[in-house]
Formats: sequence, structure tokens, C-alpha cells
Amino acid sequence: MSLVRQFREGAVDFFASFGAACLFMLRMLADTPRALLRPGLIFRQVHVVGANSLVLIMMAGLFVGMVLSLQFYNTMAKFGAEQSLGPVVVLALVRELGPVVTALLFAGRAGTALASEIGLMKATEQLAGMEMMAVDPIRYVIVPRFLGAFIAMPLLTAIFNAIAILGAWFVAVQMMGLDGGQFWAPMPDNVDVFDDVLGGVLKSVFFGAAAGLLAVFEGYRAHPTAEGVSRATTRTVVITAMTVLVLDYMLTAMLI
Amino acid sequence: MSNTDVLIEIRGLKYRRGDKIIFDGVDIDIPRGKVIAFMGPSGTGKTTLLRLVTGQLRPDAGTIRIGGEDVVALDRDALYALRRNMGFLFQNGALLTDLSAFENVAFPLREHTDLPDALIRDLVLMKLQAVGLRGAADMMPSELSGGMARRVALARAVIMDPEMIFYDEPFVGLDPISMGQIVRLIKRLNEVLGLTSIVVSHDVPEIASVADRVYLIADGKVVGEGSPRELRDSDSPWVKQFVQGLADGPVPFHYPANDIRDDLLGGEKSP
Amino acid sequence: MNRSVEFATGLFIFLGLLALFFLITQTTNIQAYGGDGYTVTARFTNVGSLKARAPVALAGVTIGRVENIAVDPQRLDAVVTMTIDSRYDRIPFDSSAAILTSGLLGEKYIGIQPGADTESLKQGDEILFTQSAVVLENLISKYLFDSASGGEE
Repeated sequence: MSLVRQFREGAVDFFASFGAACLFMLRMLADTPRALLRPGLIFRQVHVVGANSLVLIMMAGLFVGMVLSLQFYNTMAKFGAEQSLGPVVVLALVRELGPVVTALLFAGRAGTALASEIGLMKATEQLAGMEMMAVDPIRYVIVPRFLGAFIAMPLLTAIFNAIAILGAWFVAVQMMGLDGGQFWAPMPDNVDVFDDVLGGVLKSVFFGAAAGLLAVFEGYRAHPTAEGVSRATTRTVVITAMTVLVLDYMLTAMLI
Repeated sequence: MSNTDVLIEIRGLKYRRGDKIIFDGVDIDIPRGKVIAFMGPSGTGKTTLLRLVTGQLRPDAGTIRIGGEDVVALDRDALYALRRNMGFLFQNGALLTDLSAFENVAFPLREHTDLPDALIRDLVLMKLQAVGLRGAADMMPSELSGGMARRVALARAVIMDPEMIFYDEPFVGLDPISMGQIVRLIKRLNEVLGLTSIVVSHDVPEIASVADRVYLIADGKVVGEGSPRELRDSDSPWVKQFVQGLADGPVPFHYPANDIRDDLLGGEKSP
Repeated sequence: MNRSVEFATGLFIFLGLLALFFLITQTTNIQAYGGDGYTVTARFTNVGSLKARAPVALAGVTIGRVENIAVDPQRLDAVVTMTIDSRYDRIPFDSSAAILTSGLLGEKYIGIQPGADTESLKQGDEILFTQSAVVLENLISKYLFDSASGGEE
């Protein structure tokens, strides 16, 4: 197949999928009010998606914070600027690394779990079974999982950031010998609640929506075969990662 | 046998998937209270027919009236209301894997009714008893054998006391004992609960023992209908091939292909 | 819903909110948004790179924030509106406001040099004595001018 034709088919496929995803999102939003009447289902998904990712996120946060501190300290010490370490680490985490890394890890762990679970339910006709029992699978299965991801993501990001900052503190103060006061004190002057922290929270909310939508969407439209579910799982990770990074740029441009 | 009352009336049903015409003008009457079987060679769309009748798929043309209402014209809420009156047994049971057998059977009650837990418990246990699996109530679907899963699914399909029940290939992949159990259940539930049962299958002996009327579907049309005995005695080549399990006949052994000499000789046409 | 699931979820959500609370209170300038303050203005011929929400400091301590910077279309200078925390209500009326730089490459902020007046600044007052930002180009040209005229002598 010629390159031009491949490209054109890829472009058509992209727009068709994008449109399908948006329509799916609208359908989910339409069903959300009634799905909210079943908070039990949603909380269960918050548990599955959020609490189960907790250990991963905490470990990742710890090590990212520690490595940031390590890297920046060494470089900044050369310029005698190590008293800026605290604010620099916090800003880097809260504005960028926290939301983005959490979203990517989330896509890998929870996103794939969601996509494969839904795909498998489709393959074993559980979704069709629900339809035949006059239970709307979108409302019973899909929307709670989406909302679970949407709620869990900002919380996971906050936990990631907090643990990362503590990790950074540990490396800088306990290991590298920076004065504790010098680490914490410059922060309030340089970190703004609205621009920095809440901007990061806003990003994580958008990422949560994107990751949740893509995971349930790919699962729902997977081919009901082993290969189909596997492809859906892979696509979830890849497309969520790309979407998160693109969204990150757009949101950063808007927030700056 | 007289048709006292027609529950499901299908007229002029047409459906195609891509280029393939699945149904080309099918007319079927399903009388109330009887066990009706749809049989036919693989791939003729028997399962598709079930999905069309239950509104999971939309036909390209034709009407499907259930109790007088045209299924095709219903919106989602009305369709769901209709489905509460239907039971559907999927080929693999389609039990929800994260719920126990008990919870699976209780699911429609919990979703559609406000019955108290004690009452739900009684109803579920009674239905499980009817299918012989009350003792397995706390087992998870992954722990159940194929036959048991299907029986639990059957209990679930009748928990809301529907008017009609659809069976999609209920005998496939079962050992003879399990098959006998399902056959007995289909017959008994139909009588005891006053159901109308529609069974899609290609297992001739099992169907023969349970169905009141059989529709043989091939090539997108009804090619034979009647009671099991009428079909056994029929002269139609379609019916004969199917009932007797002949390898070749109206349903050809060879899938359409070009001349074998062309294939073997690599495209050279013989002079 | 089973108890341990509820517990784990509740714990998770609690931890998340706790982390968020920690981030907001321990690392940011949220103090600047609380508290009551009174608004005063000051006019400058050049604000340099002063931005909204820049600190206002007295004796090096932050006592308020810049709220707004606007151009006066009549007098063609810049009007800076700032909020000063109500705790500091004894700033003499004749104090001066200067636009200073924090550190070598740092951001611009407003430094208040206290005067001697017995009357204090109140809501809506204008600080009359101001010193504009030091603009690098002006500094360089001044230096060149000085050294040129100095060199002639």
C-alpha cells in the first residue's frame, strides 16, 4: 500500500475514532446523572482503580522525588543556588511531573485493567446479557468505571506529589546535608496556590477524564476475541499516553 | 395442535450483514405457551434471528410484533420494559463473573424491584432449586462447570417470571447427562411457568424430544416447518439432509470455488 | 458493599485529600490570600517587569501583594494597586514605594520605605513618593553619558 494511501487511511481512522470517542463520552455524560444514584458502584470502582494503584503511585512518587532532588542538588550546588532546591522541586512536581507521570502510570496499570475487563465482559457476552436483563451496561458498568478513574486521578496525583516532595526532602536534607529550613522556607514565596498547585490539580482532572474515557471506550469497542481484547489493552496505554502528553502541552500553554 | 394465540409474529424480515444477505423475507408465527425450535445449518443466522427478535439488532426491513407491539419501533426505554418480560439464555451462560451464582440470579430482582432481601433470598433459592443448584448458590461462575453455569443462567432468566424465554444453542458442548438435564428443564419450565419457549439449536434428537413446532431455516428463508414428526417424515431435500445429517445436498459439501484443475495447475486453463 | 472495600476506598480518598491539603498549606503562598487587607495605590513612570501578585515588602518582610497594574490614559503613567495586610495599619502617609529587584536575576517587587508622618496610610490612599524600576538600558546609557562627559574633562 502506498505511503500516501496508508497515511490517508490512518487519518480517516484517527478522525473516525476520535469522533466515536467523543460521541461515547456524550453518551456517558448523558447517563451519568442516573449512574450517580448508585454511589456504591462508583465507590467500588474508585477502590479498584485508585486504591489498587496506590502502592505503585507512592513508590513512583518517592523515587521521582528523590531523583529530582539528587539531580538538581548537584547541579545547583555548582552555582551556589541550592537554597532554591525546595521551590524548584515543588514547582517541577506540582506543575508537570506529578500530573503527567501519575497519568502515564495510571494508564499502564488501571487503564489496561479497565479496558481488558470491559473487553472480556463483551467477549463473554456479559454486556449483552445485561442488555437482555434490561440493565443498561453503559450505566451499570461503563459510567461507574469512568467516574472512578475521574475521581481517583487527582487524588493519586496529590499523593504522588506529596510523597515526592517528602522524598526530595529526605535526599536533600538527610543525605546531601542541605539545611531543613532552607529547603522548606523559600517555598511559599515561590509556589502559588492557584497558578501552580491548583493548575496541576486541574491538569490531573483533565488527565483523569481522558484516561478514564479512553480505557472504557477501547474496552467497549474491542473485538470480542482474545486478540481483540489484547489489542484494546495495548491501544489504551499508547493512546492515553499520547493524549495525556498533548493535553499537557495545551493545558500548560493555557495556564502559563 | 392449534395456534390459540400468536405471541410473536414476524413478517417480511430482511437483514444483511455487509454483502451477505442473512434473511430475505422471513415469516414466522410463534404461538403462546409452546416450545418452538429454530434449526438450521451453521451460519444461517439462527442466533441472529434471536437477536433481531429481542431487539439486540435492527432488521433492514420487516416487522416483529411481540404481543402486538412492533419491536423495531420501540425506543430504548420501551425496549427495556419489554425485555423485563423476556428471559434469554446465552450459549455460554453470560453470568457476571464477579458475582456468585446466588447474586447472579438475584441481579434482575435487585435492579428492577424494591423487594426486601429476605424475599429476594427466597425467590432466588426457589429458582435455583428448580434447576437443581440450590447447593451451589455461593459458588463463583469460575467454579461452575459448563452445564452448571448454564443452569444458573437459566434460573436467572426465569427469576422475573417472564412470559417468554429464548435459548441460544443450549445444548452445545454439554455431556449427555447435562444435556438431558437441560432438555428436561426446558420442557418442565415451559409447562410449569406457562412460558413460551424459543430454542435455537442444531441438535436434532434433543429438539425432537422437546419442541412442539420446528422451523428449519437455511439460505435466509424458512425451508421447512412443522412438528418434529412431520419434519422427520418430510420429503423436502433441505429437511431430509438436515434431519438425517447428510454430508451433501441442498447445503453443499464444497464451499464455492473455481475448478480444481485451475488451482492445481497454477492458473493454466486446460485447452 | 463489603466492609474492607469501603474501608480501603475511604482511606484512599482521605489520603488523597490529606496530600492535597499538605501541598496547599505547606508549600504555597496561601497565606497571601487569606486575611483582610486594605488597598492603596502608587504611580510610577516605569514599572519594569513588575507583575500582578508580586510581593509588597517593608523592611524586607512581605506585607502585601500587588493586585493590579494599569496605565492612566490621562497622565500616561502606571497606576499600581496593592493590598496591604490589615495588621500593618501604621505605615506613615509619607512613606515611599520603590520597585526593587529580588536577588540578582529575581522578580520585581515593591519595597516600602517608611516615612515620618504621624498619619497612616488607609484604604484608598495613594503613596505619593515613588521610585520607578531600574531599567537596564537607561542605566547603560546613563553610564555611557556620564563616562563620555566625564572623559572630556
